[in-house]
Amino acid sequence: MNIASSFNISWRFIRVWQRNLIVYRRIWKVNFLPPLFEPLFYLLAFGMGLSSLIGTIHYAGLDISYLAFITPAILAINIMYNAFFETTYASFVRMYYQKTFDAMMATPLSLGEVITAEIIWGATKSLFATLIMMGVLSGFGLIHYPDGLLIIPLAFLGGIAFGSIGMFFTGIVPSIDVFNLPIFLFITPMFLFSGTFFPIANLPAWAQKLALALPLTHLVRITRQLCLGLLDTQLLLELGYLMVFCLIFFPLAILSMHRRLVQ
Amino acid sequence: MQYVIDAHDVTKVFNGFTAVNNVSFNLFAGECLGLLGPNGAGKTSTIRMTYAFTPMTSGDLSVFGLDIRTHWREIKGRIGVCQQENSLDPDLTVQQNLEVFGRYFNIPKKAAREKAQKLLEFIAMDHRKRAPVSELSGGMMRRLVLARALINDPELLILDEPTTGLDPQSRHQVWDKLEELRSEGLSILLTTHYMEEASRLCERLIIMDHGEILVQGKPSELIREHTGRNVVEIAKPTDELREFIRSKDLSHDDLGHRILIYGEENDQLFDIIRERFCTDNCSLRMSTLEDVFLRLTGRQLRE
Repeated sequence: MNIASSFNISWRFIRVWQRNLIVYRRIWKVNFLPPLFEPLFYLLAFGMGLSSLIGTIHYAGLDISYLAFITPAILAINIMYNAFFETTYASFVRMYYQKTFDAMMATPLSLGEVITAEIIWGATKSLFATLIMMGVLSGFGLIHYPDGLLIIPLAFLGGIAFGSIGMFFTGIVPSIDVFNLPIFLFITPMFLFSGTFFPIANLPAWAQKLALALPLTHLVRITRQLCLGLLDTQLLLELGYLMVFCLIFFPLAILSMHRRLVQ
Repeated sequence: MQYVIDAHDVTKVFNGFTAVNNVSFNLFAGECLGLLGPNGAGKTSTIRMTYAFTPMTSGDLSVFGLDIRTHWREIKGRIGVCQQENSLDPDLTVQQNLEVFGRYFNIPKKAAREKAQKLLEFIAMDHRKRAPVSELSGGMMRRLVLARALINDPELLILDEPTTGLDPQSRHQVWDKLEELRSEGLSILLTTHYMEEASRLCERLIIMDHGEILVQGKPSELIREHTGRNVVEIAKPTDELREFIRSKDLSHDDLGHRILIYGEENDQLFDIIRERFCTDNCSLRMSTLEDVFLRLTGRQLRE
């Protein structure tokens, strides 16, 4: 398989996606629990614990409760986590320990199809988790409808973005422990500084610029506007950013996996 | 004559190391061809190129008359592969392993299920079809890998050390299955470390070392050409014996503590040697493929 055949991607990738779905459904109860309970934990910690200290937050010309401020961040962070952890740890285990990709490569599948399926699967997990979390959060009246429905396709797009960069790292880490590095340098700073728990306007000017370069900042912003029912054209720019991010890291993910697996 | 595999001057270089060097060989339809060689000889690299897992550095390779570089997808759809390392899907049951794998070939769901059922019967594992793969014994896993490689009704089966690590019972079971498939006309390319396996299953053998083909031919021809029919093995040889061998110009291998003398007329020779050079530490036996293998590839350890 040369590099051109690794980039030969047909709809056959669905077969690998289906394989992951079969495994997911086998342990669906375990898979459903985190997105069901995590938002409740957040609401308990931040809603009851922190809200009384903070009061309201001034955002986009509105005074909103702290809970309404962080709800979209909880959704966006989970979109990131579900896809990123799927295409890093879970994909690495399939690739390295289980030799699942080796077996697939002895069938008419191309490497690009296997990798595409893994990334799309990561995005699918983001989508599932988002649906469950939205159900919980809507019960508290924290999502504005119908705008909030757009969060569903957004979860898929965000999942592709974070799944692609996760897969890119899977292609280059020498061992599974080394995932600590991108998590410590990339995921954790995003979790904290992407306008998740406080507005990025509170950061110093240089840090604001840095935050704008991070994909989670844009995912949080779109999710927040949708949750609050503040649809505007500015969001198209944010959406454009996420799409460009996908367009860069999706092929890079295939390239790094090609280098790793095809010698 | 249409070849199933037609390899011409195939070379594979990994980061400056030549793993396979200008290898040419053919596999005829319905034939079982064995690749033998010590560890690191280039066997696995060679067969990985034939199922388009590893790209060639140079050379020409066609399978079913199709160029591997351009028609890899079609070729891979028509072959079955048993890789060396266990690559069964531990997240799936025995039956799911077959069905899901069949889906990678775009076999419709119902057809994949029916084929899986037939194969489970073929490998006598129907009673374990709902078991997770991790509960299977080594022999069962190998049989399942073999069944999985047959899910697409391949015209060519590629086996990389199909019985390594199996107990004799399981090994014979796998051989029986392979012989059954061969009798149905399936073409097979296999690598192995077991000479018994090679001479039992394969019509033709290739012995490789250091990425090159040393010899190829029928097992019996290789034995006749490279060792002769018989071998006399003498432990603790004396200098007198060595002198005798030199004077008669006998084909032999001197291992220091042991000497092997090859030839056709050994029955007579054995009597002479026994009378003159040894008391009870001599043996005469038929020469085997293992003698040929060790003569050609040397006796020093690899890796």
